[in-house]
Amino acid sequence: MDTMRDRFVTTTTELLDEDPRLAVVLAEISCDGFRAAARAHPGRVVNVGIREQLLIGAGAGMALTGMRPVIHTFASFLVERPFEQVKLDLGHQAAGAVLVSAGASYDWPAGGFTHMSPGDIALLDTLDGWTVHVPGHPDEAEALLRHAVVGEDRVYVRLSLQSNSLGRPVTGEGFLTVRRGSAGVVVAVGPMLDNVLAATEGLDVTVLYATTVRPFDADGLREAVGAGATADVVVVEPCLAGTSAGAAGDALVALPHRVLGLGVARAELRRYGRLEEHLTAHGLDPRGLRTRIDAFLRP
Amino acid sequence: MTDTPEAPVYGYDDLHRLMSLMTGDEKHGPAATSTLDALWVLYDRVLRVTPGTADAPGRDRFLLSKGHGPMAYYAVLAARGFFGEELLPGFGSYDSPLGHHPDRVLVPGAEIGSGSLGHGLPLAVGSVLGLRAQGLAGPRVWVLTGDAELDEGSNHEAIAYAGPAGLEQLHTVVIDNGSASYARPGGIAARFEAAGWSVRTVDGRDHGALYAAYTAPHPGRPHAVIARVAPKS
Repeated sequence: MDTMRDRFVTTTTELLDEDPRLAVVLAEISCDGFRAAARAHPGRVVNVGIREQLLIGAGAGMALTGMRPVIHTFASFLVERPFEQVKLDLGHQAAGAVLVSAGASYDWPAGGFTHMSPGDIALLDTLDGWTVHVPGHPDEAEALLRHAVVGEDRVYVRLSLQSNSLGRPVTGEGFLTVRRGSAGVVVAVGPMLDNVLAATEGLDVTVLYATTVRPFDADGLREAVGAGATADVVVVEPCLAGTSAGAAGDALVALPHRVLGLGVARAELRRYGRLEEHLTAHGLDPRGLRTRIDAFLRP
Repeated sequence: MTDTPEAPVYGYDDLHRLMSLMTGDEKHGPAATSTLDALWVLYDRVLRVTPGTADAPGRDRFLLSKGHGPMAYYAVLAARGFFGEELLPGFGSYDSPLGHHPDRVLVPGAEIGSGSLGHGLPLAVGSVLGLRAQGLAGPRVWVLTGDAELDEGSNHEAIAYAGPAGLEQLHTVVIDNGSASYARPGGIAARFEAAGWSVRTVDGRDHGALYAAYTAPHPGRPHAVIARVAPKS
């Protein structure tokens, strides 16, 4: 199977053929994949070199002239390094763009912390007006990307090497109900779904699948917790633990509730190795999840 | 688009009166007047943009990157009829669209919001790329920066890219009032020249010299005009 990043390249190459407003802005990363597209559309596939501040500023400038830029590099260099450009060149200028990252939180553990970005979504949460997609499968990455390039708004698409075994019919809005139960709600974000389903096997919980996390589907969560007097909610994310806990709490403000936010620990792990080893270290493998969900639901 | 200018509301002699209507940002006073002549010559004789074409795809773009001390900018925009002078006395107040740093969403005629240094030049690079991608070779993009602002790394990125990329539609005017704490070895012009730009250095108060530098041909290369004014004391 191709990776989400592979699918990003093939899908965007097709979209460039279809939409004359579309442009791709790169900073060396993934340039090889876009070589044919650059030949077919000179001027609409731009590589600014290893210059991430310029990457965002140039993409925003293109948007100011009426183009729809798709801006891509690793998450650390797309969101964290040029964060003020994201805030001002896009947000403050009221310019739109589609930011597409690769690398996520632990895609390349052997590369170490310099290429990990567990805080990207939490950082974007300090800004207004961003739609955030976290696909859990290459098919979903394609669907969400096609959804994102339409319109003028600011969209972040977070791609990862971690993938669920099955793509689901995502629409770019709201959560999907994957399993129904009555003892609590577990929200699985993007590529965490398979592990969450394995971890909650036999538990009487509702499992919601979230690939579009901003805006947060508050109605969907309220519907899932049902008409009880209280609510217990677990959010399992492939990014910084607690990233969406505030949004879940806001959704349930009218109801006494508890929210457990599971995800990547804030403390730097300082380990290399493999993706699976990092999932285990952060308690995001099925066993680690089960232990913590059990402890939370049956205190 | 038409190149026929609309009748200007005021001339150069009105600018000081217009600027005197704005109070409350005296800290930025020297920064404001340092740009006055460079801005006036651009808007009066070079830029093909008017209130009537402020949204036209084929207009020239002017991006004020050095958003500190925007009184001269506001005065020139008012003089050119982008908005009425009755807005000027409200400068910096809650109900005014005119802040101590400009906001493109609020100021008629402003292409970008600025204040944080180092954003205009990358945005201008992108504007040229966007125009090019749409086959619009006519519009020129101008950006005004300060000399100390060039210390920002984002500007290094933009300068280093724009030269080799041959962004002929890109123009920068650098107001050099010697305000950088550590002057660039070889001077500002050398920085642009090394990156493959066309460069002119002129007296930033001399309207004729500014006009000649602004309009100097620079085929295949972006163009920088270093406008020297009295050092910031």
